[in-house]
Amino acid sequence: MADFFEHTLHFPVWLAYLVAALIHCVLIIHVVAVGALIFIWMERKISGRIQDRLGPTRVGGAFGWLQTLADGIKLIAKEDITPGDADVMLFKIAPYVSFAASFCAYIALPFSDGWVAQHLNSAVFFVLAVLGLEVFGVILAGYASGSKWSLFGAMREAAQVVSYEVPLGMCVVVPVFVCGTMNLVTIGNMQSGLFTNWLIFNDPFTFAIFWVYFTCAVASVNRAPFDLAEAESELVAGFHTEYSGLRWSFFFMAEYGSMFLVSGLAAILFFGGWNGPFPIAEPLATTLVNVVTLGNAESWGGLSTYLANLMGCVNFLLKGFVGVTVMMWIRWTLPRLRIDQVMTTCLKYCVPLAAVCFLGAMFWQLNGMPTGNDLMGFQRGLQTEGWVETADREATAVTPAGSADLSADGESLVPVAADRSDGDHLSGLAENGGAG
Amino acid sequence: MIFAAMDWHAFFFWMFALLTCGFALAVLFSNNVVHMAFYLILSLGASAGLFFLAGAEFVGAMQLMIYVGGTLVLVIFGVMLTAQSRFVSMETRSGEWVVALGVGGSLLFMLMITAFNVEDWRSPNPRQGEVTVAETQVVSQIGLGFAGVRVDKLDQPDGQLRGGMSGYLLPFVIVSIHLLVVLIGAAYMARTKRRKDVSGGRS
Repeated sequence: MADFFEHTLHFPVWLAYLVAALIHCVLIIHVVAVGALIFIWMERKISGRIQDRLGPTRVGGAFGWLQTLADGIKLIAKEDITPGDADVMLFKIAPYVSFAASFCAYIALPFSDGWVAQHLNSAVFFVLAVLGLEVFGVILAGYASGSKWSLFGAMREAAQVVSYEVPLGMCVVVPVFVCGTMNLVTIGNMQSGLFTNWLIFNDPFTFAIFWVYFTCAVASVNRAPFDLAEAESELVAGFHTEYSGLRWSFFFMAEYGSMFLVSGLAAILFFGGWNGPFPIAEPLATTLVNVVTLGNAESWGGLSTYLANLMGCVNFLLKGFVGVTVMMWIRWTLPRLRIDQVMTTCLKYCVPLAAVCFLGAMFWQLNGMPTGNDLMGFQRGLQTEGWVETADREATAVTPAGSADLSADGESLVPVAADRSDGDHLSGLAENGGAG
Repeated sequence: MIFAAMDWHAFFFWMFALLTCGFALAVLFSNNVVHMAFYLILSLGASAGLFFLAGAEFVGAMQLMIYVGGTLVLVIFGVMLTAQSRFVSMETRSGEWVVALGVGGSLLFMLMITAFNVEDWRSPNPRQGEVTVAETQVVSQIGLGFAGVRVDKLDQPDGQLRGGMSGYLLPFVIVSIHLLVVLIGAAYMARTKRRKDVSGGRS
């Protein structure tokens, strides 16, 4: 994007990068903040329906869709209370830590083919690493509040998140080794085509491990039935007992942000990301542009690609929304577990299940067993990273039998992702951010 | 404009470097255990920013995962074990300052000497700003290196070096087994101790 501003609109370099960075930031903040607005409204309506109530009905018309906004105004108007026993600095900073961690992980999450703020080659790893930091804000909040309820809540959350990171990591590794890359854009593009190409239908083990992933994801974002950290029946409100007003709402923006994040990650890793169940986005966009421009679509350049990406983005958001909705459905259906049951679920069920599925998926890959796509008679889109082929060649070359004719040079081993990303989004970090 | 004249790479480098050093100093001069751990996490996070700035995104994510996440566990235990008010504040005696300055200072001195001895680091890198995206995608190479194949050594004339003798498979396996032993040991130490002499009671 920075290149676009620099070369097409002839901005100076610093302005181009600044504007590109600002656009990315504003878009991601809107996903988190507006997402939270919608999700809180959805939560109210869904919980209402599940409990045979109506939910909010008055604010802003028939469906009460302005209820969250009214609540937001109320929260802003509330007094910001700091308890007397609190560690003031940490107490004040904790909500921002939580929110920043949740927000930061969005940097590496692609919303469509190449639509990602920072195109990281190890995006899966980055998202997991940053997501694990969200608990830090909760622990700080629990400690700094100077209240035993808060401290108990924070300790529970810490124990829970640290243990659930183990099976979560094992679950995420499975799609990574099926695809052979940690690049989320490449993983998404590899699942293009019919829905049988989605990784969840790759083999029985990936199908099984998705459910383990989802359980662990619900636990790691601290949602019911794993919301021990804020168990109202025992701990008043857990780690956010002492918080009020806007600081309190920051925790909830972080929670809803992470909910969408893990759902989006699930959508990319298991459900084809921005690829719909049927590969119609690209032809549809081309046809549309053809019809609108009276047949000369070529002169409109990347418009059809852009439209296809836009449809992909809608697709992705829809999948994320479905994931969040299922989390709400679970929350209002299942009762809260006890803390020992939470630990048992993790260590005695999730970890062994994830390990078995991991081994199973590995053997499935190793033996070249049929994938869901093969059974339907379709081919997986050839979207491998460049290094896979070169590495195969090199591996045969370095074995003693083939070591005589080593022709490949080291340069060809620089992995070149064969996806369609154009490098626009790699603006800030790898390259010099300025005039240089 | 002043913005156009600035070297933004250098700007962000100095920003992250100052954050790292500033929070590291804050760790030293703080008396509260939890504050110290908080500053330590910020300092380590800022050094992760330095890695990202250098294009080493995998190492940066690794820094976040291992060091920042690991310090997080440290905070958890720090809070758990020392949440009583008399342990939260740590006063450092002057003798400890002397020892710490001696040890830390000599380590810093050694590192500085080593760093300034590297010829390539003395002058500014002429290829600064020309680092392409493909060059940052080294994760696969790191992975292959751990699996025993050093892709950067494949053009070596020496067959043994090329054939995996220079890979990191053995250290990798040793570290993995070491970690496994540590995990089993930790689980053994932390298990519920059942007392045998209690008859009929719950353990």
